[in-house]
Amino acid sequence: MDNETKDVLFGPVHLKNPITLQVLGICSALAVTSKLETAFVMSAALTFVLVGSNVVISMLRNKIPSSIRVITQLAIIASLVIVADQVMKAYLFDASKQLSVFVGLIITNCIVMGRAEAFAMANPPGKSALDGLGNSMGYAVILIIVAFFRELLGSGKLMGAQVLGDWYQPNGLMVMSPGAFFLIGLLIWAQRSYSPELNENE
Amino acid sequence: MELLNIFIQSAFIENMALAFFLGMCSFLAVSKKVETAVGLGAAVVFVLGITTPLNNLIYENLLREGALSWLLGVEKAAEINLEFLTFIAFIATIAATVQIVEMAIDKFSPALYGALGVFLPLIAVNCAILGGSLFMVQREYDVAESTVFGLGAGFGFMLAIVALAAIREKMKYSNVPDGLRGLGITFITTGLMAMGFIIFGGIKL
Repeated sequence: MDNETKDVLFGPVHLKNPITLQVLGICSALAVTSKLETAFVMSAALTFVLVGSNVVISMLRNKIPSSIRVITQLAIIASLVIVADQVMKAYLFDASKQLSVFVGLIITNCIVMGRAEAFAMANPPGKSALDGLGNSMGYAVILIIVAFFRELLGSGKLMGAQVLGDWYQPNGLMVMSPGAFFLIGLLIWAQRSYSPELNENE
Repeated sequence: MELLNIFIQSAFIENMALAFFLGMCSFLAVSKKVETAVGLGAAVVFVLGITTPLNNLIYENLLREGALSWLLGVEKAAEINLEFLTFIAFIATIAATVQIVEMAIDKFSPALYGALGVFLPLIAVNCAILGGSLFMVQREYDVAESTVFGLGAGFGFMLAIVALAAIREKMKYSNVPDGLRGLGITFITTGLMAMGFIIFGGIKL
């Protein structure tokens, strides 16, 4: 694997992470992370949509007129999301009930639009697929870390199984929205202390 | 009374940004100055107030199971269920509405266009707008209810983004740890705001 491929594939996991550095796709990252299981399902759905949309848009990139490109991209993305949603309703009904509107909201997930606009419109399909995979990994890593802590601290469980004993008093704040904001904030702090070159200077 | 209840609920108790995390990308990106935050907030109220009832009409009259029977008048039509097309129909409506609204404002009110113009295209892909329409389907609102819900949710979003922008303007003078500066501290602040909004929980008129 040459350096460029490596950069496209693994860059988004840490140094160019879509959530903590590019500020893309935050809505779903916060909303579906109260349980580890939903975080896994959501990551899988996003990987499918992101890789698919990057490849399709990249193949069509020379044929899409630039004045209507947003609506073309939205149509492609929406079709892929419908496929993902129907598959989930058929095989993972409970998880898709818990995700409620957030499966549909993958359409407006800024990661998908952002990568389509920034990468797939200018690169060949193979590279775009790698970029989609890399960004999905970066997204999944954050989702799983946040969901791990929220489920563990918020209800003492992991993947629905009791992990912490009776002595643990569940912290209800973690399951509610403020817990998610605090955790991502702290995660960003930890990541930037580890790599200080990522600090913002306002 | 029911309508007022929906308004209060969508604006405060179930605030789009702080309780459901919708529209977070623009919420964080456009909250550096109060002035731009007001512009984006107004555009969201405007577009949500139009697209939610519009999507409600489309869903009730074209997409839901049996909805097509008034159009086709055949017996078989009652069995047609186009619900799987919901996403693509909604996003197309939103994108088209935003485009038309943008052109109309440009034509009739250049001053308003100057204030809202740059934010309108951004809004087509704002999750709060699509989220409003999807919640409307889930909660089975009718046209009047979904109009009020759209306006309320938009107002709630505007309230939250203007408040956050005001806090961030003040925060410029604070000494924030290096790693937290920028995005990190914004998340912590939003978390504290979300905690504040929890006190509205349980209010019913």
